[in-house]
Amino acid sequence: MPRLHLIAATALLGLAALPARAETLTVYTYDSFISEWGPGPAIETAFEAQCGCDLQWVGVDDAGLLLTRLRLEGKNTEADVVLGLDTALMADAQASGLVENHGIELPPLALPIAWDDPVWVPYDYGYFAVIYDSEVLPEPPASFAALVEGDDPAKLIIEDPRTSTPGLGLLLWTKALYGEEAGTAWQGLSKRVLTVTKGWSEAYGLFLDGEAPMVLSYTTSPAYHLIVEETDRYRAIDFPEGAYMQIEVAAMTAATDQPELAREFLAFVVSPEFQKTIPQGNWMFPVIELGDDLPQVFRDLPRPDKALLLAPSEVSLQRGTWIAEWLNAMSQ
Amino acid sequence: MSALPVHRWPAGFALLATLGLAGVALAALLAAVPASAPVRLFDPYTVRILGFTAFQAVLSTLLSLAFALPVARALARRTAFPGRGLLLGLFGIPLVLPAIVAVVGIAAVWGRNGMASALLEALGLEGLSPLYGLSGILIAHVFFNMPLAVRLLLPAWSAIPGETWRLSAQLGMGSGALFRIIEWPRLSAVLPGIAALIFLLCFTSFTVVLTLGGGPAATTLEVAIYQALRLDFDVARAVLLALMQVAICAAIALLLAASGRNAASEAAAGIAAQRPDAARPGARIFDAGSITIAALWVLLPLGAVVAAGLSGPLLSVLGEREVWLATLRSLLVGLGAGAVALTLGTALAWSARDIAVRRGRVRRADRLELAGSLNLVVSPTVFGAGLFVLLLPLGQVFSFALPIAALVNGVIAVPYVLRLVGPALRRTAEHHDRLCAGLGIGGMDRLRLVEWPAARRGIALAVALAAALGAGDLTVIALFGNQDSITLPLLLYRALGAYRTQEAAVLALLLVGLCLALFLVIERTVGGRTRT
Repeated sequence: MPRLHLIAATALLGLAALPARAETLTVYTYDSFISEWGPGPAIETAFEAQCGCDLQWVGVDDAGLLLTRLRLEGKNTEADVVLGLDTALMADAQASGLVENHGIELPPLALPIAWDDPVWVPYDYGYFAVIYDSEVLPEPPASFAALVEGDDPAKLIIEDPRTSTPGLGLLLWTKALYGEEAGTAWQGLSKRVLTVTKGWSEAYGLFLDGEAPMVLSYTTSPAYHLIVEETDRYRAIDFPEGAYMQIEVAAMTAATDQPELAREFLAFVVSPEFQKTIPQGNWMFPVIELGDDLPQVFRDLPRPDKALLLAPSEVSLQRGTWIAEWLNAMSQ
Repeated sequence: MSALPVHRWPAGFALLATLGLAGVALAALLAAVPASAPVRLFDPYTVRILGFTAFQAVLSTLLSLAFALPVARALARRTAFPGRGLLLGLFGIPLVLPAIVAVVGIAAVWGRNGMASALLEALGLEGLSPLYGLSGILIAHVFFNMPLAVRLLLPAWSAIPGETWRLSAQLGMGSGALFRIIEWPRLSAVLPGIAALIFLLCFTSFTVVLTLGGGPAATTLEVAIYQALRLDFDVARAVLLALMQVAICAAIALLLAASGRNAASEAAAGIAAQRPDAARPGARIFDAGSITIAALWVLLPLGAVVAAGLSGPLLSVLGEREVWLATLRSLLVGLGAGAVALTLGTALAWSARDIAVRRGRVRRADRLELAGSLNLVVSPTVFGAGLFVLLLPLGQVFSFALPIAALVNGVIAVPYVLRLVGPALRRTAEHHDRLCAGLGIGGMDRLRLVEWPAARRGIALAVALAAALGAGDLTVIALFGNQDSITLPLLLYRALGAYRTQEAAVLALLLVGLCLALFLVIERTVGGRTRT
């Protein structure tokens, strides 16, 4: 027995005697960002080469769960950086005191709106859009109003705002366009809606299986079909009223023990090296001008005339009321 | 008889591990995030969705059982047709499919461009009206639960001794009389438990109800719990709603249990005998029809999933190391869940058997088993978050993801063990306690000679169900996830999230294959070769 103890002690000493490992930066994000198809793996390689540190991804289900996990962990979080919340969730995270001012100088951004937030660094953006199957529906509704008011039988699949980011996006989109009248618009829309799914994957899967000729997704969805499948069958409807924006953001946590490294990473987020992984990794637009590094398909994608976005603080404040209003209108 | 020992500690241990674990997890969650304002539980929104949740669950349960009874009877009468074992193996799959895979399979049969509409239109008739709405929810729930009910009902027939059939033949009983006098008393003893199980499953259904329900009017309580925790971060409300769900389900399950009767069972000498009504032409046609319809009901959606997988990029997906690692992790989680479920479920059933048979307190024993089943309706959203908070002080929570997934799925699968192993244990006690006492057979000898042969088929099916459930799990460990614990369902969702529907289809096929393999291998090795 003493011999065994001796071995254990030696092993422990051996571990302790190992040279101190390089610093580790832990970044929490949503799962699809770090999947083999997402931008995560390329970003990890590039940043580790730059910082000489170890970048550790932690991916949870989706953005909503990301915020839940941060809130549950509070001050004890392992996260140094959180990447993956969006304009609809960022005020909640800020109100919980989970994130810290970054204090870095951002390069000129190519966002459709001005950005001067002291906490959040935008890393990509996109517009919600109704995608249609041009083979089944050659003439989609020409405007958001026509989608809501028309009596065209062509159906639409949407996501639930209680459980999904695009679902919440459509709710905010309608609110931005109709304000107090949003309830009436939703009642009109509910006649169009084939079903309301839990998440984007269910909705888009049913759409691709031909269950409905329209689905709520992003203006960038056709880019995937063009680049990977080489088909222009699936297109985004360009509504003259404008499209609601989603800006995805990253921030340093208040609890980080690596503030310098976290800042270095946030600066890296808006560098060309990070940004060029975004278009074909996350299927969103980069936040800086990429020039030739932006694939042609993305350059050709129609951009909405008007980019709609409600103030994050207002969204955070009103979300509960608006969802209740949505439920009421859609359940009739 | 009263001299025989009554073992209470196994149930104590099992309850501690099931309800105790859930209680501690929920308490930890509440303690971590104290309520900021008083919670109003019974607002009009909650009351409305409660009504809908219960309504769809009752309808789903009734339809599943009404469909399952003739099918199970037909399968019980036809014990030897080619493909029977495979069919029963496939009957285990629907329940464990990730919701999205099941929805796509169901839409391929019942949807707008589905097989059913295509067939009707080819016949010059109108296609089906849209799937989405109450009909979609019911189709999905019957797709999941009819096959489960069949598998849970079948053992009731194999417990009927050959002597009984021979006697009924001598008496010249017709099929109706056989059902009324021989089969129904046994079925009515197990039906309430099976109905309760299916009700609990449908009550807590989430993604399928939302996706096929057509709109937010089709919302279950589980959606409200998810919303409270994830969107509003109102932890107190989430926990209270979760507790309310448990309380309502417990009350309804108790009501069902109270309606159950206890059938006197008789010792089976193991002499096989053909039941007298099997050879009649009417019965043949009826059975062939029932089995064919049930097989189509289950196999068409599954077939759509398999066909989509086969037409996908099979070689490139199956050539990836990560895919096989994920498969291995899913297998390990599944086997772990099977082991946990078997240990806890058998412990509970053991004590319940002692209390029911050796003390004659059947109701109390049933309530004990019910208590052990309630984890099935502890919201996975809240349970997962509670476990997460509980393990947080240990640091590096994500390294526990796989063991936690095995543990939680094992705990959730305890009711299957109770339904499948419990009756066999009670029967052996009823018939062999006296004999064993007389011959001095006890301990390991009794386990090996008496309990194991009677219980092994039930054990095999229960372990297979638990293993397949664990292999297909997605929800509980969503908070824990990290790069080193990617399982097959998670990989499938990743592919879907990245527009890779074809890769996802191959992964779905792989998952179906894994679950089927679990059923066939576990049932043939653990269950022995006897037909169920």
